[in-house]
Amino acid sequence: MTALLELQDVEARYGPVHVLHGISLAVEEGSVVAVLGPNGAGKTTTLRAISGMVRRSGTIRLGGRPLKRLGPDGVARLGVAHVPEGRGTFSELSVWENLRLGAYTRRGSIQPELERVFTYFPWLSDRRRQQAGTLSGGEQQMLALARAFVHRPRLLLLDEPSLGLAPVLVAELFRIVRELNEEEGLTVLVVEQNAHLALQAAEAGYVLEAGHVVLSGSSDELRADDSVRRTYLGY
Amino acid sequence: MSAGTSAVGGLRARGWSIDPSAATVVLLLVGAAIFLLVGCLRSTTFAQLTVQGVALGSVYGSLALALVLVYRATHVINFAQGELAMFTTYIAYELMLHGLSYWEAFAATLAIAFALGTVLQVTLIRPVQHRSVIATVIVTVGLFILIDGIVNWIWGGDYKSMPSPFGLGAYNVGGVVISHLYVGMVVVVLSSVLLVWALFRFTKLGLGMRAAAMRPAAAALVGVRVDSMLAIGWGLAAVLGAVAGLMAEPSQIFLSPTLMQPILVYAFAAAVLGGLESPAGAVVGGVLIGVTLTLIVGYVPQISSELQLPFAFAVLLVILLLKPSGLFGRREVRRV
Repeated sequence: MTALLELQDVEARYGPVHVLHGISLAVEEGSVVAVLGPNGAGKTTTLRAISGMVRRSGTIRLGGRPLKRLGPDGVARLGVAHVPEGRGTFSELSVWENLRLGAYTRRGSIQPELERVFTYFPWLSDRRRQQAGTLSGGEQQMLALARAFVHRPRLLLLDEPSLGLAPVLVAELFRIVRELNEEEGLTVLVVEQNAHLALQAAEAGYVLEAGHVVLSGSSDELRADDSVRRTYLGY
Repeated sequence: MSAGTSAVGGLRARGWSIDPSAATVVLLLVGAAIFLLVGCLRSTTFAQLTVQGVALGSVYGSLALALVLVYRATHVINFAQGELAMFTTYIAYELMLHGLSYWEAFAATLAIAFALGTVLQVTLIRPVQHRSVIATVIVTVGLFILIDGIVNWIWGGDYKSMPSPFGLGAYNVGGVVISHLYVGMVVVVLSSVLLVWALFRFTKLGLGMRAAAMRPAAAALVGVRVDSMLAIGWGLAAVLGAVAGLMAEPSQIFLSPTLMQPILVYAFAAAVLGGLESPAGAVVGGVLIGVTLTLIVGYVPQISSELQLPFAFAVLLVILLLKPSGLFGRREVRRV
């Protein structure tokens, strides 16, 4: 079985600063995979490397196809939806325009996707004319998820979706991610500080530290691991 | 009182922000409109000057809009925008010398302007735009000098004359003589402005361009080709500039390499008055500047047309001192 996304010895740097020192990981089609680790471990950079937002070396394959030097727009066109840190909301544009941008790479009508997305986020339908910047943080995160969904991606990259959100919203968010995975077969790679929630939603996980993968395994294995428990789960 | 506040609250909830100074701006504009209307009804001279001012102002507005488009996309003022407009006007002149009719040459010139703007962005601006704002500005200043040199080299500095696009006739509206030229200028400029606006507002390409200008990184992540959008933005700006140049030429009677230099200053003033980021503000600002300048030159004998330019600079200074965000400048609403 080949993985949908495969990273082999991926290195990345910002100027002279090496951030990733040879990351290897795999995401199976139809699965949810979490990337855990402390601040500065290179979690966000891993996603940025996949999207081509940073210079990277090593091999990244999507569905067997090497991404090589593709930039972010090229990677998006291959079917990767990346919800970046800060959610990537176009705050001056309306909710509808944000959703339309999510489907920017698609041709023709996006009506079926919109209707589908409104079944997950019914409130978006009433607020399609609202300026996106005036949504609350939680609503903006939901909008980001909806925007990624109308893209109909093969792979969704989620960067710290829980950042700045109330716990109850975070739980709701992960519930929807799980639902999108189960109902729509969406493959997700999620970077998350909240290891507890991330491992609940994911089947497998990778732990990064200082630009290396220090641990990987199924969610159950990771939860059972002493160091993960002490460091990330806190018991 | 409570009804008023709740109405405002309701609008807020729907995503409208009400800037307290927005009301002042609206009052100011309504006041200006009433002033002009009353003036036009009372005096035919005033009406004639107003019409002339609106026509010239629409040209300033068109060039101001070109500046705003580039500014929104690259956060840089394109100092060469006026010279680019002048250059494309010379191209139209040349095409007419080769036998094209005015409107054939007009259409061809707009197409050439689009290509030229795009190519300039790709070849000259793209390599420096990520370095610094100053580097990009210096390139546009260099482009100003380069175009000036090229035009003087090809066509020389002497005056050329082009056929008038709208003839020399005039309408007589209740004693007010309105030349066909002024009506034509307003119609042509405003329709091109409306077309550009519709492109931005209603098409997927326009949405992509707006997204690329606002948040390039996030736009690239949804698959927008940001570099292409910036190039197209420059192309559209050059088209608006070409319209401004072609419509400015008959009002100056002759075509010369300095055609657009004063107009660029008025366009700056218009863009800053409108709030640099606001396309609608640029056009309204252009018309306001045009009307104000024309009326002042018409009624204040001490200010001859040579003093228009310093006056425009004074307007610029006053706006920058009193309200740097301009009439239509909006502070961005953002919740974290």
